[in-house]
Amino acid sequence: MATTAGERESSLWVILLTFAVAMLFSVVSLPEFIPWQLGYLRPQWVELVLIYWIMALPHRVGIFSAWVLGLFVDVLTGSLLGQHGVAFIIVAYIASSLYQRLRMFAVWQQSLIIFVTIGISQLVNFWVENFVGLSQWDMRFLLSALVSAMLWPWVFLVLRHLRRLFNVS
Amino acid sequence: MIGLTLLSIALMVVDHLSDLLDEVRSGLTVVVTPVYIVADYPNRAADLAQQMFTSRDGLQEQVISLEEQLLLMKVKTEKMSALTAENNRLRDLLGSAAKLQDNVLVAELVGVDPDPNKHEVVIDKGTQHDVFVGQPVLDAEGLMGQVIEVSPLTSRVLLISDQSHSVPVQVVRSNLRLIAQGTGVTRQLDLMHVQGTADIKQGDLLVSSGLGNRFPVGYPVGIVTQFKHNPSEPFAKATANPSAMLDRSRYVLLVFTEASLREPVIGAEG
Repeated sequence: MATTAGERESSLWVILLTFAVAMLFSVVSLPEFIPWQLGYLRPQWVELVLIYWIMALPHRVGIFSAWVLGLFVDVLTGSLLGQHGVAFIIVAYIASSLYQRLRMFAVWQQSLIIFVTIGISQLVNFWVENFVGLSQWDMRFLLSALVSAMLWPWVFLVLRHLRRLFNVS
Repeated sequence: MIGLTLLSIALMVVDHLSDLLDEVRSGLTVVVTPVYIVADYPNRAADLAQQMFTSRDGLQEQVISLEEQLLLMKVKTEKMSALTAENNRLRDLLGSAAKLQDNVLVAELVGVDPDPNKHEVVIDKGTQHDVFVGQPVLDAEGLMGQVIEVSPLTSRVLLISDQSHSVPVQVVRSNLRLIAQGTGVTRQLDLMHVQGTADIKQGDLLVSSGLGNRFPVGYPVGIVTQFKHNPSEPFAKATANPSAMLDRSRYVLLVFTEASLREPVIGAEG
């Protein structure tokens, strides 16, 4: 079924909004009573949403959108301009070359792939920060990839529901 | 893909080595500012809820205790202003330029960096309020950090507890000059290169020494918590607990020192 240009435009807002909410979740400050160490468990919301849209709509969200998104995340988190750009390009590359297989996988298998993908992007982020002397070797950055993978089934369900509700294609 | 990756790497190199991209970053920050503001709502809502559900008696008690505190502070300030005047007169006599008069601007915290390895916060004042990179930031208890990035409406502050941050300090009791380096742990600063025989002990107050021309002189930085010298090591191990409530303060003060040579914005003598 062909969609008109107007429908496409309105569905673009859904995609942009989900990215905005993901960015929000990735900087929302934790209440004071939560120990700061739990910050290591914060999942990579933007990457999860990115993977979903690439998997669902590879013709609309691709490597270039991922890169632009990465620049905004860089500004949001005060990291070097281009750092998340590279990380997101890698995530987008893996997702867009695997999307046909990902669609066939069970959700837990998708979670495994996502653990590896986000792990790689976290490693790239870490390399950059280490290179400019901002952080020291610390395996805890993989925790975030683990939590992201565990949250994937729910993110997947919510986004699929939204996609069907607003007929995004 | 390769092109974009190379472009990103080029951007990172330029961003790291020069300030050419600061304008771009500041422009993009304006676009993401609403994200900070919305992300801060849970905190705001919690504050608001607390205010709404405080009982009348509780409020009255609070007012009374605040009035008492105000009175005490007024007495202290009067004493301080007399001392400041005297100090300035003496410095005038000595022909010294340093004076204890700084203008401050109050800013509110709108965001905390989500990366636990980075101790950075975002505040709601930017270049529109004349905030500049390198500006010292205080809270009610002591020195908090410095501005490292500005955009029109917000700016990013590096806290003194960040691993990449150091402050020149001075022990009040013995005038010993030291460097206090952040450790990545909120409640700990490491004192660098302390001699084993240095005149320093637990409980000593550290204030900013003003060396390096970044931070103004005489603001509290921390209290020494530990001083231990193992003779087999070249330097003693000394740590301090920051005076500022680095992970608690929601309101911070941006200092406009006379050395920064800027027009005062909202004047309040501190």
